[in-house]
Amino acid sequence: MTGTDRSPGGAVAPSSEPLPERQVALIDLLDRLLTGGVVITGDVVLSIADIDLVRVSLRALIVSIGPDTPSPWPAARPPGGGDDG
Amino acid sequence: MSDSVVYAYAVVRAADGVGAAAGALAGVAGGPVRLTAGSRDPGVLLAVGEVPAADFREEALRRRLEELEWLETVARAHHAVVEALAAVTTVLPLRLATVYVDEAGARAALDEGARAFAERLSLLAGHREWGVKVYADPSAAPPPPAPAADGLSPGRSYLRQRREQRSGREEVYRDARTAAGRVEEAALRYAAGRARHRVQQGTLAGAAGENVLNDAFLVADDRTEAFRTDVAGAAQGLTGVRVEVTGPWAPYSFAVPAEGNGDAEDAQDTEDTEGTQGRQGDAEGAHDTQGAGGAGSARGPEGVRGAADARGPEGGSAP
Repeated sequence: MTGTDRSPGGAVAPSSEPLPERQVALIDLLDRLLTGGVVITGDVVLSIADIDLVRVSLRALIVSIGPDTPSPWPAARPPGGGDDG
Repeated sequence: MSDSVVYAYAVVRAADGVGAAAGALAGVAGGPVRLTAGSRDPGVLLAVGEVPAADFREEALRRRLEELEWLETVARAHHAVVEALAAVTTVLPLRLATVYVDEAGARAALDEGARAFAERLSLLAGHREWGVKVYADPSAAPPPPAPAADGLSPGRSYLRQRREQRSGREEVYRDARTAAGRVEEAALRYAAGRARHRVQQGTLAGAAGENVLNDAFLVADDRTEAFRTDVAGAAQGLTGVRVEVTGPWAPYSFAVPAEGNGDAEDAQDTEDTEGTQGRQGDAEGAHDTQGAGGAGSARGPEGVRGAADARGPEGGSAP
């Protein structure tokens, strides 16, 4: 195989395979890698995957939370943050 | 040995050339990729590779995953491996950062799930995942026709203009719902499964307009052409609406059946029995199994529109 075309991002670009021509958008990738995929448990190290990655994904995907885009999950609201409106 | 741990990429169906494909890859952290077999089913392999323990042991990983740049590097490397393997055989991608202390642990996990993996691989064979996103972009709609200034006072003509703008926005969101409906029809015709993803917002969502639908579909290879054609035409004749198709993807969004066996058939393999079908919000079963974040999130144009458009057009008609 021709393993020569390797971009710093880690994307190997062999010629004959049906890879998308453009690099995929990170957000589309994270949609899949952080909420999709098989979760197999059974190892100590792994146990964080279920829990923490969800949080990571939320941070990564919805960075800007504001009045216009309220947080869709009930966490991380500053205590005593006034009324809910 | 203890300065490295084992990173697992995907469960793969044994096939000609898959070992060679793996051997040619550089995986996460640049490490080699290899296939390992369990003791239960020689037809189901696990793609693994060593990664530095300094970055991938629990504590470090927890910390590093919060760094977007590092996360991206790992995600792209993981993806490159999955893609390359998917090109030669059927794969079940694993969730990002599935790490084992050693290969024995990884093999044990493979054995434990061997039967389920084999079944799933059979269902996914000959299918690819396609992403479909619908965007509503009011700013892309043509501006309302210049107000015929038939003797209106500046104030009134301003109000009228505002009203027209608003109804323009309404129209765009209505059109977006229409497009979403067409996507759904195409899916019912051609897709074997559907998974909903949270609509994309925030700084990583760079695309213009508001993402109102972010779904993934599992499509058999021989139906891909028709599916893509239909979906690509979903925005036809609609203004301010854009449909974006991504893929083909390895079946990330379909790697596990929907939780609870009752849903499994819904997510998989049914061509036209998507429940009662029709409404966006209904056929949800498909993928919400891991949707902690998705739980209350806006899905479908309705939810989004409600949020974006809380004030209806009635606000501004003072005489």
